[in-house]
Formats: sequence, C-alpha cells, structure tokens
Amino acid sequence: MNYAAQLAMTLPEVVLSLGALALMLVAAWSGPNATRAISWAAVAVLAGACVALVGPATSGGSAFDGMYRADAFAGFAKTLIYVAAAVAILLAPGFFQRTAGDDLRPEYPVLILLSAVGMGIMVSAADLLTLYVGLELQSLAAYVLASFMRRDARSAEAGLKYFVLGALASGILLYGISLVYGFTGSTLFDEIAGAYAAAPLAGSTKSLGLMFGLVFVFAGLAFKISAVPFHMWTPDVYEGAPTPVTAFFATAPKVAAVGLALRVAITAMGPAAEQWRQIVIFAALASILLGAVAAIGQQNIKRLLAYSSINNVGFALIGLAAGTPEGVAAVLTYMAIYIAMTLGSFLVVLQMRDTDGQPIETIASLSGLSRTRPALAFGLAVFMFSLAGIPPLFGFYAKFAVFYAAVQAGLFPLAVFGIAFSVIGAYYYLRVVKTMYFDEPAGEYGPGDRLEGGLIVATAAIVSPLGYLAIPLLTAWTMAAAKALF
Amino acid sequence: MNGFPILSVMLLVPALAAVACLFLGASQARWLALGATLVNLALGALLWLNFDIGGAQWQFVEHHEHVFGLFGWSLGIDGFALLLIELSVFLMPICIGASWEAIEKRVPEYMSLFLFTEVLMIGTFAAQDLFLFYIFFEAGLIPMYLIIGIWGGANRIYASYKFFLYTLLGSVVMFIAMLYMSIVAGTTSIPALMAYDFPPHVQTWLWLAFFASFAVKMPMWPVHTWLPDAHVQAPTAGSVILAGVLLKLGGYGFLRFSLPMFPEASAQLTWLVFALSAVAVIYTSLVALVQSDMKKLIAYSSVAHMAIVTIGLFAFNTQGIEGAMMVMLGHGLVSGALFLCVGVIYDRLHTREISRYGGLAINMPRYAALFMLFTMASVGLPGTSNFVGELLSLMGTYQVSTTITLLCTTGIILGAAYMLYLYRRVVFGELKSDDVRAMPDLSSREMWLLAPIAAVVLWMGVYPESFLAPMRKDTQTLLARIDRAKPAGDSLPTKGTGIVPAAHAETAAHGEAH
Repeated sequence: MNYAAQLAMTLPEVVLSLGALALMLVAAWSGPNATRAISWAAVAVLAGACVALVGPATSGGSAFDGMYRADAFAGFAKTLIYVAAAVAILLAPGFFQRTAGDDLRPEYPVLILLSAVGMGIMVSAADLLTLYVGLELQSLAAYVLASFMRRDARSAEAGLKYFVLGALASGILLYGISLVYGFTGSTLFDEIAGAYAAAPLAGSTKSLGLMFGLVFVFAGLAFKISAVPFHMWTPDVYEGAPTPVTAFFATAPKVAAVGLALRVAITAMGPAAEQWRQIVIFAALASILLGAVAAIGQQNIKRLLAYSSINNVGFALIGLAAGTPEGVAAVLTYMAIYIAMTLGSFLVVLQMRDTDGQPIETIASLSGLSRTRPALAFGLAVFMFSLAGIPPLFGFYAKFAVFYAAVQAGLFPLAVFGIAFSVIGAYYYLRVVKTMYFDEPAGEYGPGDRLEGGLIVATAAIVSPLGYLAIPLLTAWTMAAAKALF
Repeated sequence: MNGFPILSVMLLVPALAAVACLFLGASQARWLALGATLVNLALGALLWLNFDIGGAQWQFVEHHEHVFGLFGWSLGIDGFALLLIELSVFLMPICIGASWEAIEKRVPEYMSLFLFTEVLMIGTFAAQDLFLFYIFFEAGLIPMYLIIGIWGGANRIYASYKFFLYTLLGSVVMFIAMLYMSIVAGTTSIPALMAYDFPPHVQTWLWLAFFASFAVKMPMWPVHTWLPDAHVQAPTAGSVILAGVLLKLGGYGFLRFSLPMFPEASAQLTWLVFALSAVAVIYTSLVALVQSDMKKLIAYSSVAHMAIVTIGLFAFNTQGIEGAMMVMLGHGLVSGALFLCVGVIYDRLHTREISRYGGLAINMPRYAALFMLFTMASVGLPGTSNFVGELLSLMGTYQVSTTITLLCTTGIILGAAYMLYLYRRVVFGELKSDDVRAMPDLSSREMWLLAPIAAVVLWMGVYPESFLAPMRKDTQTLLARIDRAKPAGDSLPTKGTGIVPAAHAETAAHGEAH
C-alpha cells in the first residue's frame, strides 16, 4: 500500500499534528497576547480534523502494516473526542481571565490539540505499541494541563498526582503488554487474538502467562478509565485541575480510554472473553457502587462530579461485559450521552463564581439557586436528573442501552445489581437538586457569560427529551461503529 | 374522530402550557394552567363521547413504531385506561383551583410542574409501548419530588427523598424485567405482550419484578410507609393528585401487566397479594384510628382502600375486577375530596391537628354537609361511589376466599369507625376557641371545587352503569385470557360426602318413580 493512501487514513491525526505544530510556532513568536486567536484557530483545526474524518479515515481499514485501524469505530470515538476537546478550548479563555493568578497561555490549546492526536491514535490503535504511543502522548499533555495554574497549589498537586499515578498505570500496562508479547509473539491485535484462541486457557504455563498479561493490561486500562479499584487519582485530579481542564478530563480522554479498552477487549482478547468478563463485571459493579456511595459525603461539586464519572464508567462497562456488538454500540451510545451531560454539568460549575469572578466549588453555595438564577438551576437539575438516569431525560436512554445489551447477553444478576445500585447514585444527584430548589438562597453568583450560556442551552437541549428523536440516527451510527470491531 | 390524534393532543396541550408557564407571571400562570386543564377536560369529554363502548378493544390508536429506535410512540386506550384518564383530567382543574390562593410563592413553577404531571399521567394510561409506559410512569417522580420538596410542610425534604427513592427502587427492577420481556418476545407492544405466553417459571420472576414496582406505587403493606409522609408534607393539591391518580398507577399496572401477561404467576402468588392486603386492611385501619393528624388519617385509609382494590383484582372474576376499578375511581374522587376538605380548614387555621378543631357544623354548615357526604362515601354508604366498588370487589373475592373476604370486610367497619370518629371530632361538638369560631364558611371558589366531585360521587353511586359499561368488554377479554389459571374458590358448592340416610334415599327413589 502506498504512503499516500495510508496518510489519507490518518488524515485527522496529520491535520491535528501539523496544526498543533504550526500554532506552537505562532505562540512562540507572538506570545500570550495571541491566546484567544490561537484558541479559535485550534478549534478550527479540530473542526478540520472532523471534516478529515469523512472518507478513508473512517472506512480505509488497516494502515501501516496493520498497526493502525481507520474504521467507523475510530470515526465515532474521534468525533466525540474532537467535539469535547473543542468545548474545553472554548471554555478556557473566559475562565482564566476571570480567575486571579495565572493567565491563560497559548500553550493550552496546543496541548489540547496534541492530546487529541494521542487520543485519536488510542482509538485507532491495532497494535500494542501504537496503543502505548497514543496513550503516552495523550497522558503527557494531560499532566501539563492538570497543573496549568502554576501558582495554585491544588493545581500543581493535581498535576503531580496525575503524573505519578499515571506513570504507575503506564508501567502496569506496559508490563502487561510485555507479558502478552512474550507469550503470543506479536504486538498486533489480530495475531494476539489468534494466540488467545489457540491457547488452551487452563493448565499450561503458556496460558498462565497469557492470563497474567490480560489481567495487567486490563488493570492498566482500568486506571485510565478510572474504574474501581484504580480510581483513586480521579477526585483529587478533578478537584485540583482548572475547571475547563477538568471538563476536558471527564470527557475526551475518558471516551478515548473507553474506546481503547473496547478495542483491546474485543479485537485483541475477544477469544478470552470469558476471562476478562469477570474482571469487567467486578470493575463495573464496584465502580457503580463506590461512585455512588463515596459521592454522598462530598461537599465540593467537582469532587462530586469526579465520583459521578467513576459511577458512569461503571455503567458503560456493563455494555462491555455483554461483549456483543449491541453491547459495544451501547457503550458508545452511553459515552456520547455522557459527554453531553458531563460537559453541561461542568459548564454550570463554571458559572459558580462570586461577583469578582473567583470560582466557588462548594455544593452549599448552590442553595436556592432556583430563585436567584432559575434558568441556571433548571439546567443543572436537568443534568443531574439525567445523570441519575431518570426518564424522560436522555440519560435514561444511555442506561437503557447498556442494560438492554446486558440482559440480551443473559447477564441478569449484573443487570439487577447494577440498576439497584443506581438508586443509591440517584440520592446524591437528588441532593444537588434539593440544594438548589428546596434550600433558602445563600449568596448570589456573578453574571453569566454568553458563550457558556449558549453551550449550556445546547447541551441541555441534547439531554432533554428532544434527544430521543436522535435515537435512530445514534443507533445506526453506533451499530456501524461496533460492527467494525467484530 | 377518525385520524385525529386526540391522545397526542391531550399530551401536547398541558406540555406546551407547562413550558409557557415558566415564562409568565404568577397570575397569568394560574389562568393559563386553569385554561389548559379545562381544555384537556373538554378533550376528555370528547374522548369519552367518542369511545365506542363494546367496540374494538383498543381505540384512538396511534402507532409510530421505532421512532425511538427500539421503541416507539404508540398510544391507544381501552375501557380501563379511558376511565382513569377521565379521572385524571377531571381532578386536574380542581387541583389548580385548590392551589389558587394556597400557593403564593413560585407560582409559575408550581403550575408548570402540575401540568407536567398531567402529561405524564395521561401518557402512562395511554401508552401502548412497554418503554413509553415506563418513561411516563417513572418520569412522574420528578415533578412530585419537586412539588413535595418545594411547597411541602416542615418535614418536606425527608418526605420528598423517601418518596423518590422508595418508588425508584421498586421501579428499576421492573425495568430489567421489561428489557427481558421485550427481548424474549421480540416486541415492545403492550397488546402483543398481553397475548404472549411466557413459560410459567419465568412468569414468577417477572411477576415479582413487576410486583416490586406496583406494590410500592399502590401502596401495599409493608411498603406503604412512604405514603403517609408524602401526603402529610405535600401541599393540598399535591395530595389530591397523589391519592387521586398516582396511587391508581399501581392498580392499573396489575390490571395491564401482571394479570394478562403472567396469568399463571398471578394465580400462583394470589396468596401473597391476599395476605398482604388483609394485613393492610386491618393494620392500617387501626393505625388510622389513632391518628391525630387529619391528612395522615386519610393517607392510612387510602392504604386500606387500595387493599380492597388488590384483592378484587386477584379474584379472577368479573365482580372482583370491575369492583376493583370502581374502588379505584371512587377512591380517587373521595380521597381527593377529603384532602380538599382538609385543605379548606388548613388554609384557615394552618394546622392539621384534629384536636384543634370542633363544632365546625355551627359556623361552617355548607362545609359540614359536604364533608359529611365525602365521609359517608369513604365509609361506603349505599348511594355513593365507594359502596358499588367495595361491594363488587368483596363479592368477587368471596368466590375465591371466604377467609380473606371476612378479614377485609372488617375494613368497612373499621373504616366507619375512624371516619365517623374524625367527623365527630372536627365537625360536631362545641366551638372550642375563638380562632375556630372566626373561620368563614366555604367560599364560592371552594364550592366550585367540591361540588363537581360530590355530583360525580353520587352519580357513581346511583347509576354506576355509566362507569361499568366502558370496561365491561375489557373485563371479559381479560378474564378470557386469565381463565386458564383461575384458582379454585373455597365458597363454591361442593359435593357432599356424608352418608345419605336410608329412609330419605328411599323416599327420594320413591318420589322419582312417580
């Protein structure tokens, strides 16, 4: 295959990489004054990458000797990633301008672009080394982003924690990769799948090695998607990082990591589904339960949303546990709706600021918001009920899809326990609504921002019952994406 | 009516009004809400007039399959659904009227939430798609949670949480069962599922999953404890809609899902329903007897009445099922009216303590008369709505189990005891204090709220045929479906086993020879 065709398949990454490098040069020459212009340029680059997804990038098949897949699955995940990354870029200038301390530097959009390149490679990876390179590119950019407010101790702490634990996770993953390579003799997903299918998965030394490799790879992936028991970094990082960065962490890298986990589980280790299903079921139920229980005592809205993201990853994993095309499609549906709900929630969190523009993060400060800022309170209530999965909001359909897949695959106990635990989760979402609607007004927030207000309206519209009209489209798209893995 | 999507319009009118209310001032929101609910009442009347009694089982059908992927927008009603929709649209304008002056803060949001509730109630009864039903059924939690939490009494936050989480936990298990059913049967259409035969051992599990949800909604003992809290804390109109319509969702669920979809399991687990109902009737009636809070008393009486509904439903015969429906309708009207009566004096004195009142017959004669009517209706006096339902329901149950009927009939005696005791303490006796003496009689607004209910209560008591006719054919359809699993009754004539005296036998033989 000639290079032109292969580069056409990786066109989104090429666009993003060139864009990031060019903007980096612009940033170096024009300094901090050009931040806003560079932000908008970065959004334009992301839009360009979205356009580049049309064509060979989503239908080309394998590139670079099977190390890179350009299929509908990657296309779907990349669309979500680019949209979330663009929103994270748009949110930043206003936030940093209002907040005392560091100003936004033009490196911010560039880092997000580089992170997006890494995430794109993650979801397209068809080889353990491609996977690792993509993961590290994404992570390194993310470590810097987490500590972007250099003079803020919490932000620096978040960056450091993220780095140390992320490095540990990478180590575990790499160890698993080396075991898998050692016992299968290949790093290509297809050949690994062949080795897993051929090996008798009980008894022999070889099977033990394969099992260990599988467990370590899944442990490393669980770190990246912040599933229990590898979730500990999430609340601290989410709380410490600047809010636009937290919004970014909760959405785009999560989609990328979940997409990566799906591809590894189905394509590379599909024949060992019986083995990894146990791990996934445990991680799913533990994430749902711990995400729900630990969130109850939180006083900080960003920590609450961190636990909410752990909780939601648990639900997404239910779809993976099913291991069917419907299950994979359900996970993708879940992630799409989850992104809308989470971005919306963080957009509201960004509105939580005093009259000087300093961010307030306590849940108590939301008291009586329904009377001081009815529209904002209504928006957050929509997101909370939706995250809790209460119909008629669109978050219900996300849960519907994953549980449908689980029941279809015959995993009844998983479905029953998962949904019963979701009632515990409903409690803390309700607590936010209660604070806003039932309590007496506390203090007023500063005035809103037009761009952020518009984005809140847009995300709330997606999450509202109007979202149901998009189901046939979403189903067709996610099913096409899921079929690409089987 | 051909082709006119009246059910969708009945959902659309309050939905649009609910959104519009949010952008209006207090006074405009009140009028808009009243207007929208009256429009829906008119549409409801149109619906009933055009309902072809004895015609097709499903009428006003609207099918848009798969508009939501796995499920679609399918509406349609039978006689049961028709009557419950009528109940909803009838009570809604009354609820808006009851909140006219009692609700002063955040009126637009209040009206909007009530209209939203109306959408969801009608949707639940009209849905013909399994998941559409679930969405409407479950979404009702959101407005009720907010209504109790924002406009409720002192302990409103606890009550709102309890209401929400209790009912949610019950419903999610049902949701998993619904997923299973839709996958196994390959359809989400309720009429199709009503004709689908699940294997008996699967039925048991599915039945229990549905039971978890409907028993909480109903509510049945021992999962009824959310109800007194929710009622006591909710504003008057909230209690009316909760008792009047939302409690009927449980009964409707049994009628629509549990019985026709799982007949074998229903028959097999009838003992469970009967036992819980018998306990509920006696226990909650006794609890009602010692309440000092008027709303709590009526709330407990609701649990007892709902138990009469469940025994009737699981009697597997015409009288039982029709009686259960009549009790649901009658209770919806009467308990709604009783909560309004409590609301009337609560608005004047701001307490629900029974002991603070007394002698209202002296200064509020019109109120005393209407309250008397609703008290008697609640007791089940012949000529009122509840008599018809309770008699039929107990007659139906008698054919299946004499013991349970005996136990449940004590509920009528106990009901008379607590209701008359309540009435005596509030209305009769001496006027004890000056603030009670200063209470004015019913205003014309309050008369307009109570008089229509009184009229319908008497109508149902005197000429129940109007209400029995629409559901007669549906009852027979249901019975034809569940007849194969019908449990044997213990009150049917049985063949004697005693030895026939010889002389007598001779006479008989002799007589035959002639």
